[in-house]
Order: sequence, then C-alpha cells, then structure tokens
Amino acid sequence: MTGLNPANEQRSPGTAASALAIELVGINKHFGPVHANRDIHLAIKRGTVHGIVGENGAGKSTLMSILYGFYTADSGTIMVDGVEHKITDSRHALALGIGMVHQHFMLVDNFTVLENVVLGAEDSALLRPTLNRARDHLKQLARDYGLEIDPDAVVENLSVGQQQRVEILKALYRGAETLILDEPTGVLTPAEADHLFRILGKLRAEGKTIILITHKLREIMAITDEVSVMRQGEMVATLATAQTSPEQLAELMVGRRVLLRVEKGAATPGAVLLEVENLVVTDDFGVPRVKSVNFQVRSGEIVGIAGVAGNGQSELLEAIAGMRDQQSGEVRVKGKALSLEGDDGAARARAAGLAHVPEDRLRMGLVTNFSAWENTILGYQDQYGAGPGLDIAKARASASEYMKKFDVRPANLDLKTSNFSGGNQQKLVLAREMERDPDVLIVGQPTRGVDIGAIEFIHNQIIKMRDAGKAILLVSVELDEIRSLSDRILVIFDGQIVGEADPATADETELGLRMTGSHKDHVVTEPGTLPEHETPIQQTLVQMSPKDNSGRDTN
Amino acid sequence: MTPLPRWADVVLLPLLNVVLAFLVGGLIVLAVGQNPLQAVGIMLYGAFGYGSGFGYTLYYTTDFIFAGLAVSLAFHAGLFNIGPEGQAYVGGLGVILIGLALNGMHWALVFPLMIICGALFGAAWAFVPGYLQAKRGSHVVITTIMFNFIAVSMMGYIISRILKPAGVNSDESAPLEAITRVPQLRGFIELFKNSPVNLTFFLAIGALFLVYWLIWHTKFGYAVRALGNNPVAANYAGISNQKLIMIVMALAGAFAAMVAVNNVGGVQGRLILNFVNGAGFVGIAVAFMGKGHPIGVGLSALLFGMLYQGGQELAFQMPGITREMIVTIQALVILFTGAMGDMLRGPLGRMFAQPDPAAGAK
Repeated sequence: MTGLNPANEQRSPGTAASALAIELVGINKHFGPVHANRDIHLAIKRGTVHGIVGENGAGKSTLMSILYGFYTADSGTIMVDGVEHKITDSRHALALGIGMVHQHFMLVDNFTVLENVVLGAEDSALLRPTLNRARDHLKQLARDYGLEIDPDAVVENLSVGQQQRVEILKALYRGAETLILDEPTGVLTPAEADHLFRILGKLRAEGKTIILITHKLREIMAITDEVSVMRQGEMVATLATAQTSPEQLAELMVGRRVLLRVEKGAATPGAVLLEVENLVVTDDFGVPRVKSVNFQVRSGEIVGIAGVAGNGQSELLEAIAGMRDQQSGEVRVKGKALSLEGDDGAARARAAGLAHVPEDRLRMGLVTNFSAWENTILGYQDQYGAGPGLDIAKARASASEYMKKFDVRPANLDLKTSNFSGGNQQKLVLAREMERDPDVLIVGQPTRGVDIGAIEFIHNQIIKMRDAGKAILLVSVELDEIRSLSDRILVIFDGQIVGEADPATADETELGLRMTGSHKDHVVTEPGTLPEHETPIQQTLVQMSPKDNSGRDTN
Repeated sequence: MTPLPRWADVVLLPLLNVVLAFLVGGLIVLAVGQNPLQAVGIMLYGAFGYGSGFGYTLYYTTDFIFAGLAVSLAFHAGLFNIGPEGQAYVGGLGVILIGLALNGMHWALVFPLMIICGALFGAAWAFVPGYLQAKRGSHVVITTIMFNFIAVSMMGYIISRILKPAGVNSDESAPLEAITRVPQLRGFIELFKNSPVNLTFFLAIGALFLVYWLIWHTKFGYAVRALGNNPVAANYAGISNQKLIMIVMALAGAFAAMVAVNNVGGVQGRLILNFVNGAGFVGIAVAFMGKGHPIGVGLSALLFGMLYQGGQELAFQMPGITREMIVTIQALVILFTGAMGDMLRGPLGRMFAQPDPAAGAK
C-alpha cells in the first residue's frame, strides 16, 4: 500500500486535535443563474465528526463535490492540512487523503469485495500480488475499525449495509484521512445505521476526520462533534453539537421556528371503516410476507404500524391498496369486501373510498416524467371527462387548486415532476390522495426524504384528515413519527401483528423488543441508560428512541 | 447538464443531425469521384421537382407514417414494436380478402371495409406478441421480430399456394377491378401524373391527428403514457398493465396494416409476395427520429420518403452512384438521427448555457 498516497506519510496522525484537517475559504459556485454556494467558510478539525445539515438544495452536496474535485469552485480556496490546494479531480482529492462514500454506491456488483477495493488502485499489471497485499491490508483495516467483511464475498450478495462498508474500506485502502459520507443512512436499516455509527466512532478514535452530510437531525445529535448548517447556498452557522438542540438546528435550516413535536387533540374514533381479516400476502417470489394479519381502523383515528423495515409492512400496504394479490383473507372498506384480484385492483380499492400514499413516491406514487398536473390525476384519470377524452382543463384546474392548498413550490402546473424537490413531490402525492375525500387513507413513510419544514406541514395534514373523520393507517420506519401521530400503535414483526400499544403510555423498550420479536422477560437494562449497545435488540432500541441517547456520543 | 430550449431540442438538433448525415454522405459520394452537390440536386429534384416524383415521395411517405405510428404508439407504452413489417404483411391478407369478396363493387364501399378488415388482421397479428408479453413475460422485441419471419413464411404459403389463380406465373393474388381499388390522386389532381399516391395518403394525415389526440387528449393515452414511463405507478393507479399492453400492441398492428391498404388496395390492386419491402423497418427509424410525436413522425416520414424516391432517381441518373450507396446514405441518416441522435446535445447544451455572471446575484 505504499506509494499510493505520498501526502499521507508526511502526516502525523493524532497530533493536536484542534489542528484543521480541511479549511474552505470563501467558496463560491454558480450553476447558470443559481448561486449554489455563496462565500462558504468552513473549518473542519482533525479527528472529529463534522455534520453538515441543510434542506434539499441548500448546497451541501455541491460543497462536498467541490472538496472532492467533481466541481471546481468559481472562487475561493481549499486548504488541506494547512496547505492550499487546487483540487482538480477526485484522484487528486484521494491523493490528499480525502475519500468519499456516495449515497449511491459505486461498486461492481459481480466482483468480490477484494476486487472492488483494489479496482483503480492496482499497483502492478499482475493482479495476484496486488490482491494478496490488499487482503492483508484489508484484514488490518477490519481489525482496526470494526469493518468485518469477507474479502471474497461477491458484492451483489451483500446487504446494503455491508456494501457501504466496502465503500468505506475502498476509501481507507486508498489512504483516506478525511471521509465524506453523503446521506449514508438513507438506504440502511436501523440496525445497519447503528453499526455504521459505531464504525464512525472507531474511525474518529483512530484520528480520522469524518464529514457527515445528512438531514436527519438525530444522527447529527448522536454522532457529530460539530455541526454546520447550510441554507440556500449559505453557511448560516457552525456549532458545537453538545451546545445545540434539534430545535435550534431545525430553525437554522428552515429559517423559521419549526415544531418538531406534533400537536394534536384527542381522537374520537367512530365506526370501523377499514377491516383486515386473516390477510396473507406473499412477495414477488412467493414468500409469505404478511401472515394472517387482523386489525381494524375506525373513523377519526390514526393507527400506526411500527416495525423494523422489511417485516411485511410494504406488502401489507400494497395488498390493502389493491396492488398485490392476497393469498387468503379479506380487506373490507366500510363493511364491503374489496375484490383485489387482477392487476387493476388499485382502481377498485379507490372506487371503494380508499386512498393510498405509497411508501416510495418515485417508484410508485409518481410518473416523474409527467408534468405536475398530470400527476395530480394519477389513479383518478377516469374521473376527468365523460367520454374517452381527457378533460385537461378540469384536471389543470383541480391541480392548480391542490398545489395552492398544499403550497407546492414552484406552483408551476407544467413543470416536470422530477424537477420538484422531494418534499414538494410528496406534497403532490398527498394532495392528490387527500383531496379526493377518501374514507380510508393508507400512508406509507409520509416524510421519507422530505425537508424538515415540509414534515411539519405533512403531519398537520394527516392530523387534519383524522379530525375530519377519516380512518388512517400509517406505516413508518421512524418510530418517532409513529408515536407522535398515531392514536393506536400496532407492532408488526415477521409479517404478524405482535402487539398493540397506546402511544401515550407505550414503553419504548417494550415496543422495541416487540419489533425485534423478543419477549418482555429478556429485558436486561432500563430504557435510556444503555451505555453501549452490544446486542441487536439494544441496537434497535437506540435507533428507535434517539432522544434518550442523543446525548450519549456528544459528551 | 442544462436542458436545451424546447425549440432547439425539437427542431435544431434533428436538423443538425440530418445535415451531418448528408455531409458524411457527401464525402462518400466524393470518394467515388462524383459531385455531391450535383447528387443532392438530383435527389431533391427527383423527390420534389416534378409532379410524378412528388407523388411517389408522398406515396412512400404514406407507408412510413403508418409504420412510424405503429412503432411510436407502442413506444409510448414502453413497448418496442419491431414488428410493423409482419403486421403490414398480414394486414394485406385482410385487405385483399375483403377486396376480392366484394370485387367489382364501388371503392367508396370497399375502401372503409379494407381499412377495417386490414386493421383487424394486423391487430390480430400484433395481439399475439402483446398477449405473450402481458401474460407470459416473453419480451415483445423478440416475439415481434420472430413474428416478422413467421409472417413471411405464412404469407408466402398463402399467396403462392392458395391465393394465386391458376395460370398465373408470378406469386400474386387475383387482381381487383379498377372500380374497387382505392382511387389514386392523379385522377383528381393533374400534377401527380403516373404516380401511385392515393387516398390512403389522407388517411395517413388523419392517423397523425388521431394518434396525437389519442396519446395526449384521452384517458386511454394518459394510461398508456403512465404505463410507458413507470409501470409500477400505472399499477398503483389501477391501470391494468396486462390489458393495456395487449390493446396497445393490437392498435399498433392495426396502424401498420394501413401500409397494406396503401399498397394492395391503392396501387397494386392485388396481393404481391413481399409487398411491404422494408417499409415496416423504416418505420422504426421514422418513429425514433420523430421522437414518437405525430408531427415528428410526419416530418421524418417525409424525409425518408424523399430519400427513397430521390435515391431511386439518383441511382438512375448518376450511374456512378449505385443503389447500395443510396442505402448507405439512408443508413447514415438513421445512424445520425437515431443511434447518435444525442451526440450534439452536449455541445449544444454548453452553447445555450453560457454562464451569466450577472444572474448570480439575485
């Protein structure tokens, strides 16, 4: 591994922690008329985890791309270890010890871990010596940082979390001293995210510098030492994490006060509108994912389904919405059984008064190539026009009304949907489904990838639907969201409802244990006092109740 | 990368691609020792310069519009229909059967029936790949290609063994009487003397409008575009993917079959072996160059009609330029507008996205 990184050898890791690893001075970057980065100053101390937060489009990714050599700044200087550099490309950045782990992995799926790690860093024409050296080096890295992974495993057989570890290994193998992670937990399960944070902790302890880009405030609170907030291309603040709070960060990000807590009155449940009875659903490979589930949702209540991702929630939602055949059992809306066979079951479910906000808006809820108005009639297109013709004027009129009501920005009916931000796309979906006055609303991950300002709005809309007497079924992997929105919580594990809880009195430990399929008797520690999380159950717990643990890593 | 302004995307880019294709084609003409400018002149004159030539150009354009629409329509649903060649061929069977059954009747009665009957045969032929795609997951690209071959063999058998009247040497059906044939425009318009352009041309223009309306102004078209852009979202919207795939393929086959009305009903008056003669395949290029939009399909069909007619004229007038070279130039147009259609997008985009420092301080 020698010779790869000359800059590396001159460095003396572990020197004064206050020394700056990276310093950005007066960075400006324009894209056409957009001023993406505006006179950015940023100092990152060596051996720390530095968070960068901001809403989508705030300029975080642009700034990091400049640091990593993807873009060249219009003006400003980059100092690495106190020396000014003009970083020309990512190879140059790597030589300076800056590595990046992208949101979307850049791995060759059918190569082994080892082959992926050495790809582009082979030090001879023959592969064998490189691989042998790399194998030893990889073992070393795995020992040092807890990055255990089988070097001979083929990447496509690895879980997403493991693939991310390969990306980190790639950067470390190339001698990275500073690691940039771009939204690293977006694709991870809670347990994997927790594992990642432990790895980051180890890296920091070994003197590496980590820049963490995210818009999840609880991750910032949990792992970072310092946090910088960006808004509309400007760096608005850099704070010590220990001296700030999620509320303060949210306010800085959005530019106004944000309520992180949902305010709602008591529920007044009425008649049963949605009934699910002995429902069995299989996934695309015929594996049962929902195993005989029973529950009811009444008018005027929100029932939240809590569970670790991948325990059958997606299949349950899709089956109720008519997108997936049910093996057996029944779904009833207002007492009438839905016939969900065939591949147009979703139309029959809608006709019965059920609206569906899907978990994945890009894959399912929107046709991103359509303009905004076209997406506001998706699923309801047959209501526009009497004959075969589509009543475009009517569709545009209703679209414009919805977009005003839900404050979709920009309020441009003809803008292609892919050009809206995630939050505004989600508002389009919500407006479409909520404004049709359904009796039953099923909502999956209502705020995934949505800006913090929009989250507040979306939560309020869901509460408003409840207060209007609708039956709402909510699925989210964010336990916070489930707890703050729901009037009743059902816990799903391995395709079965394993418990019910009242969000007001629910014990987080109990919920977390149920979500991981464990029993009450196995509780070993009091909630909120876990010093370390050694077992998977405890890891999940920490993920699920971040508030109790937010202070843990910042001291 | 900044997107191009719409006019540049729709007009400028295809135009530049065609010009580029002709420049490279010109180099080839130059390489065989001929004058490229003279060649272009002959080509343009042959295609547009005199009535009969123009009539031939419009006749070919008619074929290419139908074949292009057959590909475009399916493409909006995310289906790559390679089969208009076979669909048109089988459509010819429908046209000739109804024509022969009503032989001697006035064309005003027979023409609409030819359209319907041909459409049914073409639709049925395209429905099968659609069914296989929808219900069995057999990829429509593979099945439509294979169905082209099946059509050739099947139609060869039908024409030479069943339809061929006794005592006729060439492989063709019995002829339709003059009154039954689709009337050619030269009967009304002096200009088109000797050229085969017929009423079907207006049918093609009508089809362009129909497809535009169908795709962008009907619920059906909305569903088709949803399916083509995002099948999962279409399923979410309660649109039956399976049903729609079968309907769209059948419809595409019906459009392809109109090539047969043009040829069998309007020109030959009989079903001739291999009468489609590649028009179905040209339709693929037409659809791509026209980006699936009826206006684009109409214009690129006209371009290929010109290349066909002007090319034949050129091969005839300049003996140094062989028929194969004409095909080469046509291939260059397909190459530059289709396969390499986005080659100039980058440079053009940079030209249009000149950084404007004043705009930064908003």
